[in-house]
Amino acid sequence: MYPAAFRYYRAATLEEATSILSQAGDEARPLAGGQSLIPLMKLRFARPALLVDLNSIPGLSSIKSEQGVVRIGALTRHAQLAESELSQLIPILHDCAAGIADAQVRSRGTIGGSLAEADPSGDWAPVMLALSAEVRTQNSKQERTIALADFFKDAYTTGLANGELVREVAVKVPAKNSGGAYIAFKRCASVYASASAAVQLTMADRSTCEQAHIYLGCVGLVPVHATAAEAELRGRELTKERISAAAEAAMEAAAPQPDMRGSAEYKKVLVKHVVKKGLEVSLLRSRGEQVEVSHEYVGRI
Amino acid sequence: MNTSVGSERVQIRITVNEQVHEREVEARQLLVDLLRETLGLTGTHIGCDTSYCGACTVLLNGQPVKSCTLFAFQAHEADVKTVEGLSHNGDMHPLQKAFVQCHGLQCGYCTPGVLMSSYALLSKNKRPTDDQIRKALAGNTCRCTGYQNIFKAVRSAADTLAAGKQ
Repeated sequence: MYPAAFRYYRAATLEEATSILSQAGDEARPLAGGQSLIPLMKLRFARPALLVDLNSIPGLSSIKSEQGVVRIGALTRHAQLAESELSQLIPILHDCAAGIADAQVRSRGTIGGSLAEADPSGDWAPVMLALSAEVRTQNSKQERTIALADFFKDAYTTGLANGELVREVAVKVPAKNSGGAYIAFKRCASVYASASAAVQLTMADRSTCEQAHIYLGCVGLVPVHATAAEAELRGRELTKERISAAAEAAMEAAAPQPDMRGSAEYKKVLVKHVVKKGLEVSLLRSRGEQVEVSHEYVGRI
Repeated sequence: MNTSVGSERVQIRITVNEQVHEREVEARQLLVDLLRETLGLTGTHIGCDTSYCGACTVLLNGQPVKSCTLFAFQAHEADVKTVEGLSHNGDMHPLQKAFVQCHGLQCGYCTPGVLMSSYALLSKNKRPTDDQIRKALAGNTCRCTGYQNIFKAVRSAADTLAAGKQ
């Protein structure tokens, strides 16, 4: 399958890319990893007249840690993140990066591309929301910082203006008494998840929860903030019953669409499972325990 | 808009199996089509053509990628390795020999992609665990469902290479 013909431009700087993209408007698309855009172009669901390649722009794929804040360049590949030291420091990032699609897609797909595409089933959005991350963006005139909570407007729609690009994602390193996990369930490796949950718990002591962040993926047009589930946990002792009650509350917050990945009822049951497991793993990690988890699928649980 | 920005044709220089090629390609040409149609390297197969099955897997600067989901221009100034690049002076790579010995293929359509994913794994991990092998092959679909023998072949090749027998 060949995409429709397009003109290609290899941008040398971010300023040049944003300037060309803002002049070209809807006719142009930026190319990062291309793992969503290229399949869409092959099916001719996307027919950009101009593709502006961001891959030769220097400095967009570095991971830097300064004063408790980690800055991840927009063109950082999932595989690069999975293998980075950072993913030891913030295990929820490893859960996500190491399990997205398959090894081939992880070699190419980028974190900035994933966030900017805002696919309702995208993996990075719930994870970065649970970490209260920010995106730093740039257009031809200015730079700005957008809290991720204000970034996602609708399915495939962000607060990025015409010609504005994500430059990096900034994440505060969670405190020592904090633990997080990302659990996604999918039908097989190469596909998007059917339901996912990103959890980050901060504990007052070994068993009392001080703060909880829970975001659900795939079960709404944008990630669902499970506030009732968080309220079940905040200030409370995290007993088995408490965790189950929070998982039930998260299930109630989910608003999934039935599709080829399953019925709405089935996805709600998955939400309960991924939230429960996410909470259990987060609790163990908040105590400094090493737990390895990643995307789950049939044959690999 | 300014129609002078960009071009429908792109000059690229890529190294495939250690041989340098300079070509002017259509911007929309996919890497798999450059390999198969332009360079005649038909060992790389097109399976689903939707970035699902992994039959088209090649190595780009040592990393496994789906060549049906990459434009040829994205391999500009890069090293590409295809299944044709595995054998050496007509002698099969230990991975290929293991696939023969373990009956790691039936119809063979997915095999080039499976071999390249396996090769990528063994290049960076000399002693993979069973789980690491399964995870490395998760993006390769075999419709003959010969997964058990594929796994055995990769396990066998990894053990052979780690023992330094080849």
